Amino acid sequence: MSERRIENIHHTHITSKRKWYELNLKEVWQYRDLIVLFTKRTFSLRYKQTILGPAWLFLNPFLTSVVYTVVFGNIAKIDTNGIPHILFYLTSTAIWAFFSESITRNAQTFTSNANVFGKVYFPRLTVPVSNILSAAIQFCIQMIMVGIFLAYYVMKGMVSPNWPYFLLIPVVLIHLGIMGMGFGIIISSLTTKYRDLGILVTFGVQLWMYGTPIVYPLSEIGDGLLKTAVMINPVTMPVELFRYAVLGQGTVLPEYLVLSWIITILVVLFGIMIFNRVEKTFMDTV
Amino acid sequence: MSENNREIAIKLSGVKKMYKLGQIGGGTLQGDLQSWWARVRGKEDPNTMIGQKQRLVGQTFMALNGIDLTIYQGEALGIIGANGAGKSTMLKLLSKVTAPSDGEIDIYGRVASMLEVGTGFNGEMTGRENIYMNGAILGMTKAEIDAKMEDIIEFSEVREFIDTPVKRYSSGMYVKLAFSVAAHLDSEIMIMDEVLAVGDMAFQKKCLTKMREAANKEGRTVLYVSHNMNTIRQLCDRCIVLDKGKIIFDGDVEEAIDIYLGTTGVMSTYYDFLQPTQLNRNAKGKVLFKYLKTLNSADMKFYSDSRIEMEIALAAPKPLEKVKLRFEVRYQNGITSGTSFLDKPFNLLEGDNTVTLHFDTTHFVAGKYYVDLVAYIYNQFGNEEYLNGIYPGFAFEIIEDINENNELVWLPQYWGSVHLHDTVLVK
Repeated sequence: MSERRIENIHHTHITSKRKWYELNLKEVWQYRDLIVLFTKRTFSLRYKQTILGPAWLFLNPFLTSVVYTVVFGNIAKIDTNGIPHILFYLTSTAIWAFFSESITRNAQTFTSNANVFGKVYFPRLTVPVSNILSAAIQFCIQMIMVGIFLAYYVMKGMVSPNWPYFLLIPVVLIHLGIMGMGFGIIISSLTTKYRDLGILVTFGVQLWMYGTPIVYPLSEIGDGLLKTAVMINPVTMPVELFRYAVLGQGTVLPEYLVLSWIITILVVLFGIMIFNRVEKTFMDTV
Repeated sequence: MSENNREIAIKLSGVKKMYKLGQIGGGTLQGDLQSWWARVRGKEDPNTMIGQKQRLVGQTFMALNGIDLTIYQGEALGIIGANGAGKSTMLKLLSKVTAPSDGEIDIYGRVASMLEVGTGFNGEMTGRENIYMNGAILGMTKAEIDAKMEDIIEFSEVREFIDTPVKRYSSGMYVKLAFSVAAHLDSEIMIMDEVLAVGDMAFQKKCLTKMREAANKEGRTVLYVSHNMNTIRQLCDRCIVLDKGKIIFDGDVEEAIDIYLGTTGVMSTYYDFLQPTQLNRNAKGKVLFKYLKTLNSADMKFYSDSRIEMEIALAAPKPLEKVKLRFEVRYQNGITSGTSFLDKPFNLLEGDNTVTLHFDTTHFVAGKYYVDLVAYIYNQFGNEEYLNGIYPGFAFEIIEDINENNELVWLPQYWGSVHLHDTVLVK
């Protein structure tokens, strides 16, 4: 489906064939207001009919961090390189929540929007993009909380962030966002046919978290096969880079960071290819 | 882009849409991988049922089977056809919801499609929020929606409730709001699928007027699918009839409706039942209708107290005794007027036979009629046994017969199509 304007008239040409890489980002841009509305809707609908309302945006990650602090910090006694446990876990869950939201929300793109997609056309990519946007907003909200704790511990002299590296945080977000979207749209494209994947994804993401230095710092793993496996994990390096900036502690190896980018690009290219294939006929298989 | 000096809005060439039958994908990745691996090696598919060439799930169905159609700007095109004829599939392809399996479609202009009312409406959100959402989904920007917001609310007639969540709306209000959004889109092409089925009469009329104006005054192209022939009549200036994924008629609205209502619509003094379109069905009967010829008219127009003299030719594979005929008469609106039986049976010889009959048109009011022709016999158990039927066998028209006793204009929608004998005032 290629579109171009001839004599000011919008021309659409539809055939059965379509180039695999055709993305139509221009069209997505034309629908930017829709992306904003989708993003708004995510937040306005999520806490409807709840007593605490938007307070859940803070409570949820805070309670998770408290649980991690108790279980992994106090009981399992995982060393966090001298970083206060609660700050370490708040920071880690913020970045992980962003990544896992990017995957799990996008994994449902087709199945949960089937009734709308089946009735009207708009660039389907608007949905994944707005999902990433919501995840990013949620991340920013969590970062407010991280900031409060960080300020407290910095004043006490217990943490010394690498301030210049804060500039890299948007890059980390873009990196993880693209990767999460890539995995998410691959899963969502496949779930139109194989529903099993939709069920697996929640479990898989949880498992993935334990394979990523989230509840523990990378430096805690001894050398060996396990360490190599964790290093190859494309999420590891961005997470460590993020913690290096915010907490001043983290192991960042440039070669593995490059590897992570390569994997990200491959995943997103494959994702776009399969998304394009599915996008135009998924209504017939979903 | 233009042909015969008219701007083309939509052009379909050789469009086909194939659907797979059965359970898609068999549900498991393993099964699909097995089948795929077998195909790659050129081996037999392990998931094939014995004696079957292909998996059942591999069977296909052509929802559209080669559509060629050109729609010009400013046209209001009606699309009619029985359920499963491919109407909705066609609209889905045009609104880019799904892609064709074959063929090409060119669309000149932005498309606003309403395959359903209130797509993307969310019950928790208010009417106003939903206008933004629905408008954005249909391709409007926020600024465009803002500019039209007043008009949309005004047209929808639900102003008092505009800041109430739509889950509290009645279905009528819901539809009104949804239609209003779509009707105010700045699109050159509007696609509608039976959306006017809900909503009160006054609002339906308002919608039709709005769409009519869109086509006539603003030069927008309207595609409209409906089973309601009256709305088709009011809105469209051209109509296509779909049947089994193909266009079987394209042109005048009344003719299209006639064809859709199961009629040829053509009044003729000679009907050839062996022509290809009728032969398939006709040939399945136990007798074969060959032709019907009218002997006393040149144009099939009659006054209501006349009789139609006709000759029917039938071919029988073996001699048949006591054959009877039945004439089921339908008025132009599709409603059955009544049925006439042949007064006495006749015998058929093996081979060709002709019978001559008089069909009485007394009591019919002015208008067109279609007559289904059915042949049957009573078997030895006294039960009716169907031999064959032609739907319809012929058509005729009753022309206005000025009735001195009745100065009123006949109103068929209330009074039917049969003028009964007058009731007699005795005293």
